Amino acid sequence: MKQFQYIRPATQQSVLDAITKPGARILAGGSNLIDLMKRGVTSPDKLVDIQKLPLKGISKSTGNVSSISIGALELNSAVAENKLIKEEFPLLSMALNAGASPQLRNMATVGGNMMQRTRCTYFYDTAMPCNKREPNSGCGAMEGINRMHAIFGTSEKCIAVHPSDMCVALAALDASVEVKSKKGTRYIPFTEFHRLPGETPQLDNTLTTGELITRVIIPHNNFAKNSYYLKVRDRASYAFALISVAVGLDIQGGNIKEARLAMGGVAHKPWRLKAAEQFLKGKPATVANFEQAASLAMQGAKSFGHNDFKLKMAPASIIEALSNAAKLS
Amino acid sequence: MKQQAQHTPPFTEGINRVDGIMKVTGAAKYSAEYELPGMTYAVFAISNITKGIITSIDIKAAERAPGVLAVLTHLNAPKVPGYESGKDPSKPPTTGGPLKFFVDNTVKYNGQPIAMVVADSFERATYAASLIKAQYKKEQHETDTEKNKFKAAAPKGGRNGGDYKRGTPDDWKTAAVKVEQEYVVPINVHNPMELSVTLAHWTADDKVTVYAKTQGVKSTQNAIAQAFKLPVENVQVTTKFVGGAFGNALRTWPHEIATVQAAKLVKRPVKTVLTRELQFNTVGYRPYTWQKVSMGASADGKLTGIIHEATAQTSSFEEFTEGTVNMTRFMYACPSVGTVYKITPLDVNTPTWMRGPGEATGAFALESAMDELADKLGIDPIELRIRNHADTDPENGKPFSSKNLKEAYEMGADKIGWSKRKLKPGTLTEDGWLIGYGMGTGVFGAGRGRATVKAALLDSGTLLIQTSVTDIGVGTGTAMTQIASEIFTGIPVKKIKFELGDSSLPPSPTQGGSTITSTVGGAVHDACTQLKEKFQQLIGNGGTDKPDYVKVLKEKNLPQLEVTVTSSGSTEMRNFSSYSYSVHFVKVKVHPKTGVVRVDNVVSVADSGHIVSPKTARSQIIGGAIGGIGMALMEEGIMDHRYGRYVNNNYADYHVPISADIPQIDALFVNKPDYRVNPMGAKGMGEIALIGMSAAVANAVYNATGKRIRELPITPDKLLA
Ligand SMILES: Cc1cc2nc3c(=O)[nH]c(=O)nc-3n(C[C@H](O)[C@H](O)[C@H](O)COP(=O)(O)OP(=O)(O)OC[C@H]3O[C@@H](n4cnc5c(N)ncnc54)[C@H](O)[C@@H]3O)c2cc1C
Ligand code: SF4
Repeated sequence: MKQFQYIRPATQQSVLDAITKPGARILAGGSNLIDLMKRGVTSPDKLVDIQKLPLKGISKSTGNVSSISIGALELNSAVAENKLIKEEFPLLSMALNAGASPQLRNMATVGGNMMQRTRCTYFYDTAMPCNKREPNSGCGAMEGINRMHAIFGTSEKCIAVHPSDMCVALAALDASVEVKSKKGTRYIPFTEFHRLPGETPQLDNTLTTGELITRVIIPHNNFAKNSYYLKVRDRASYAFALISVAVGLDIQGGNIKEARLAMGGVAHKPWRLKAAEQFLKGKPATVANFEQAASLAMQGAKSFGHNDFKLKMAPASIIEALSNAAKLS
Repeated sequence: MKQQAQHTPPFTEGINRVDGIMKVTGAAKYSAEYELPGMTYAVFAISNITKGIITSIDIKAAERAPGVLAVLTHLNAPKVPGYESGKDPSKPPTTGGPLKFFVDNTVKYNGQPIAMVVADSFERATYAASLIKAQYKKEQHETDTEKNKFKAAAPKGGRNGGDYKRGTPDDWKTAAVKVEQEYVVPINVHNPMELSVTLAHWTADDKVTVYAKTQGVKSTQNAIAQAFKLPVENVQVTTKFVGGAFGNALRTWPHEIATVQAAKLVKRPVKTVLTRELQFNTVGYRPYTWQKVSMGASADGKLTGIIHEATAQTSSFEEFTEGTVNMTRFMYACPSVGTVYKITPLDVNTPTWMRGPGEATGAFALESAMDELADKLGIDPIELRIRNHADTDPENGKPFSSKNLKEAYEMGADKIGWSKRKLKPGTLTEDGWLIGYGMGTGVFGAGRGRATVKAALLDSGTLLIQTSVTDIGVGTGTAMTQIASEIFTGIPVKKIKFELGDSSLPPSPTQGGSTITSTVGGAVHDACTQLKEKFQQLIGNGGTDKPDYVKVLKEKNLPQLEVTVTSSGSTEMRNFSSYSYSVHFVKVKVHPKTGVVRVDNVVSVADSGHIVSPKTARSQIIGGAIGGIGMALMEEGIMDHRYGRYVNNNYADYHVPISADIPQIDALFVNKPDYRVNPMGAKGMGEIALIGMSAAVANAVYNATGKRIRELPITPDKLLA
């Protein structure tokens, strides 16, 4: 590990002052960043520990549309167990509890979870080619071991997936992200926070240098009763998703009034299934309809060898998750 | 033949782990936890190529880095005197030998240490190692066993070389019912929690003390003495606790020798703790093994011929062989059996024994094939095994010293509810999951080797027992205490002290191959028995069952009464075949849409003689079953053969079962003593706890789904294919 400076400012302003240079990196729970530093994947000059900032707390605001705000430093475990979240957005709670292990969830923060980097093994091994770690060095996974890799939105440069479970739920829940910088405050719709690799796979998301995530805001919805997070993985816990599906359904009298669907383990960002949502709107909650929705969702999917199975597992998982959310069976 | 007249001690609950409280409170001191004054830390820089020559290596920046004391490479490393004499004299020359680090510029596998940095802290050594830059002349490498199977040949040395044939094995071809299938067990990596540790400290020019993670302090002592041309007694090796090993600390690896060498150079204690990544290619692994089983049976399910072939990987510089196909020779009463075992050298480090070793690999194939045969015959897989039960050893015609396999089948079937199993796969469901039951048999040789034990009655009332054996977590200390306590019934367990893990104590063999309870237990038994006799002589006839030892020793003015006893198995054993058996029963749930497999229930039955230490025996069985679940469902060391590099050499990506994967596991014991093996009537059980388990899981998955997965691990993608 290269030597670096470590600071722990007490105010938001001093954090914002400290992160204007690209060599500075925000440190939250450290459960991803420190690993990457140990492996030599990233070597910041300066770590700006934000744990002293008052970015905790989960609160409800009632306005025209009520919403729940979650501080960026709130722990994954605390959000998952929070009463408000469990009542209003059980989907988020389920997704969080499906992630990592209890120990990690006790360290991991909401902001850190959003910003965690891909688990692509070539990205982690500095002796291997990887366009994300080292632009234009090649993509090791494309013709290598790509069992965990993407089937949607890939580019010639990168086929990595975003590994988060929490983010899949937040994408489905139409959350938005509050971001502060010296220039002020901006709000990014969650589905636009992460990006596809395109020509610049080194960029995971649309956050720019100097910006700090302060809160995530989830608007009220009617999905609480019919939500489900399905995570298919190689072992029962402490494994990244092969496929995950977040479902929120608003079912009134057997008919789907609104549907929200997002998938994890399939793309460089949480993958919203808009076409399937559109299709389900106004339709009865039946397996036949779920099957059609799944096949719509799979349009444009492309696999790379070891991950061919995802073309089967993904639609099967969509149907299973929808059926569970709708409490069929 | 005359059996020793002994009674079976009652099957009680057994004593608690003697070191349990130390372990859970952190008082147990593992090898990496020793701190010595002036201690330094070693970290390796490793090769990023798989095969070739180091043309130049730049260590200047590393040498200048803060805290660095030395950087060793092939250009400057002081000679290891024992390396000069060439090959290890204890091995036949054709089988090669372990790699020696820093002796020349060749790279033989990816991740091979090319330099060693010694610094005043681990972090500084790690940083300095990252500054080392090497230039290579690369050569074409081969790391893919599948692709290089055609190069496979019979091993030149070792115990597992040579084809085996009895009768006319090709008879399977003309049988009424046939199975001819290929099976693959990928690389498995031991991955114990505790990393490889060596802390070396030269206390004089010709004296070195080593705290090591090893399964055998004596073998490590000998290896270091040989390497540095020292009298054996000048090498002190201590291993008080081991955080799991599963075979990866059975031999002394080159990085351990390098650590001793570095300590000599810097004249300070040097500690090496391998990183998790380096565990994958520095301390062995279960080799990738391709197998083919061809078997035939008559319509009434009698085996007529079996051919079991296996090809495994080894390194380019050393032959590693194991007993992969050996079980097929004696497991079933089949008149015609052929086995073929080959190895193919690759540009990888040498594999090594991993729990259950080759037998676990072989049992996956044999016991899967038996299940396939039963399925084709339309009979229950247990019934097929009973119809082909070997009453005497078909390999050599000898009687078994004991064998209660039929009883074990019955006990396990009963416990798991085997009667609920359907012959036709894919017919049982529970809550939308497919349900399947499967079983598999395990077997491993049960012998008794030589060990020396010192037993002493102290006038403090303590019974002190000493021998050099290590306890790799299996509960050796507990089992030995239990054996002693059954002889000295008058001494409370907490007054029995079993000292182990120290090369200056009387010699015991390396812990491995399920021999310790028999070998060391036998010697403890003999030593305690002789000590008791000596005491009886002291007090003359008419002593009571529970004499007051302290009072007698004080009266006789003796600070202690001791014996040192060397003992080993009886020659009578030559007339018998002796094995431990296990039968594993598994109930699985398979999700029909996602292919996710969950093990729902496990019953493992051990037929391993008298169970001397029931609590730790139960733990052994549970641990083996968990290892078997890992082998069956998740473990695989994955290499990108284009680079010859592992892509999952960490705990996040190399999956072993976690708590949520583990169901109720019942450990049952036939518990019938076999006094031919040793006076306790005990046979080993560490290996059988795992052998056969992966087949049981695969067979259960077949029973649930109708899908036969012949390439481990059984991950959801394979079930969806
Ligand atoms: C073995 C293992 C298994 C795991 N399994 C899963 C899993 O199954 N599912 C899953 O979802 N996750 C999993 N994780 C990942 C885990 O969720 C992340 O490591 C964690 O969420 C990161 O949070 P942190 O607070 O520790 O982030 P840090 O490591 O502190 O930071 C991560 C990144 O976020 C940036 N950052 C942090 N906070 C802010 C902020 N407020 N504003 C701007 N940037 C910020 C940092 O600069 C850094 O780049 C696993 C991790 C490990 C190690
Ligand atoms: S998939 Fe992306 S992260 Fe992985 S090797 Fe290719 S470029 Fe790197």
